Amino acid sequence: MKTALRLGAKGAKYASLLIAAVVCVGPLTVVLFASLKTKQEYAASGPLDPPTNWFNFANFATAFTNGQMLQGFVNTAIILAISLTGAIFVGTLAAYALDRFNFAGRKLVYGAFLLASLIPSVLMQVATFHIIYRLGLFNTRGAAILLFMGTDVISIYIFLQFMASIPVSLDEAAMIDGASRWTIYWRIILPLLRPAIATAVIIKGIAIYNEFYIPFLYMPARDLGVISTSLYRFKGPYGAQWEVIAAGTIVVIVPTLVLFLFLQRHIYRGLVAGAVK
Amino acid sequence: MGEISLRTDNTPTVKPVPPRGRAPWPRRVVSRCRAISRRRLVRMITPWAFLALPLGLLILLTYLPAYNLIRYSLTDWDGIDPTMNWVGLANYQRMATDPALYRVLFVSLFYLVGAVVQIAIALYFATILSFKVFAKNVFKGILFFPYLINGVAIGYVFLYLFRKDGTLDTTLAFFGLQDPPQWLGDPKLINASLAGTSVWRFTGMNFVLFLGAIQSIPGDLYEAAELDGANSWHRFWHIILPGVRRVVALSFILAISGALAVFEIPYVMTGGANGSKTFAIQAVEMAFTHRKVGLASAMALVLLAMVLLVTWVQRRFFPDERVELT
Repeated sequence: MKTALRLGAKGAKYASLLIAAVVCVGPLTVVLFASLKTKQEYAASGPLDPPTNWFNFANFATAFTNGQMLQGFVNTAIILAISLTGAIFVGTLAAYALDRFNFAGRKLVYGAFLLASLIPSVLMQVATFHIIYRLGLFNTRGAAILLFMGTDVISIYIFLQFMASIPVSLDEAAMIDGASRWTIYWRIILPLLRPAIATAVIIKGIAIYNEFYIPFLYMPARDLGVISTSLYRFKGPYGAQWEVIAAGTIVVIVPTLVLFLFLQRHIYRGLVAGAVK
Repeated sequence: MGEISLRTDNTPTVKPVPPRGRAPWPRRVVSRCRAISRRRLVRMITPWAFLALPLGLLILLTYLPAYNLIRYSLTDWDGIDPTMNWVGLANYQRMATDPALYRVLFVSLFYLVGAVVQIAIALYFATILSFKVFAKNVFKGILFFPYLINGVAIGYVFLYLFRKDGTLDTTLAFFGLQDPPQWLGDPKLINASLAGTSVWRFTGMNFVLFLGAIQSIPGDLYEAAELDGANSWHRFWHIILPGVRRVVALSFILAISGALAVFEIPYVMTGGANGSKTFAIQAVEMAFTHRKVGLASAMALVLLAMVLLVTWVQRRFFPDERVELT
């Protein structure tokens, strides 16, 4: 009796896991199916039917050339490279100042960063828009770059957490040798922060890659489309062509999947650090 | 966070007060004191030099806009006109009295219910997967991955899923359920469908958070409980649940502010049509489509105040929300 119960519990456990896995993977798989079908095949088959030719990449070609996905990837890459470099710089500077100095107003600054992390970004755009506009950055990549650089609080926390584990005696030893504060930051702290920087780059990179509303609002020009906005624009011209939309969707998901498979541990660690501020 | 910070301003504060009735301090001592005070000044400025860029950006992109929100919300500004007319609290008054404006807040309730479901599912799978399970990391990865996917892509995946004769209808038909409802066409169902999409997207995040918290519970607790004859339900109720209580509470708080500010999924999927408009969509539309920046600012501020209130309540009742994660 007891073993039967235990076996039943075990069965229920694996059944629930399998159902969850199907619910997670299923919706993505059917989109992959659709992306590999020809127009006629798509019209004639149901969504759960696999494609007849697994190597029909015609829809992907359409998505890339007509759908301007290539342009989107280029713009995303440019914005990623510049704003990540900037954000790392800004974040480590702030974390260094907050962790290694004791000054009047330190708590206040810390609180100011903390408070900023609680504000829903979409709502702020009502007012931020006019600042970006006045700076002359509307409809330039600069808008997204500046916003991604400046509103990054999560990575400051990642840096602060990591920096607490770098012994202060290192700073003191360097100071006795006559190193300036800048030298300590640049030569000692920054290199030692490398693992934290890697984590922050991955987390922040995924967030920028996925960001939709900021590029949508600030960069409406067609040639300034990023991955999210290029895909969003499929809605109009390809509204009825689900096989092309599906291909575009898969194109956007695949880089994330590859990154996830290679950097799982970093991603888990970073997201947990960021969420539990 | 700053327990191990380096104190730098502990130079002795020697003020050059000349002793009464004697000659003034020698020049050497005075100049030495000046040097000390200059060094002190440098030390006072140094942290601010490091903070100049981060703080400058924070003020420019967060606090200046926040200040402007307050300013705009008291005017009837349209976003273009150089003049803004002071209207006092009229925008707030309109928000409180115009049902078309505040009704959208009720849409958040769907997402709130979704968030509760999401936390329950995440807790269940986190509990299961913190013990011996075949292909544990594969399941962990599969459950978590949706959280990483681009929001627009998720929007399309679920538009495809909810279409007429789409994935969901076909699957239901396979199990013998004919004549399914219009998931996104029926105003009674649309918010539930969208909240379901949101659950699909965010469960993985909660799951990984909970998993981390469960794994940081010392293993000998389970052993001791087993010796005392505890079954797996006891184990969950008396060991795991108390161990993750704080993270779960934190997730609820995040869920409330998340539900209040829902934007991306409904905006991408339906554009707010068919009764799926949320408060954030409405605020943004008001500002950029209808050019009522004054009213939109008031809406944004009200929502902001609600989110901050929720967070304040959390900090007050769960002051120590920090979780040890390994």
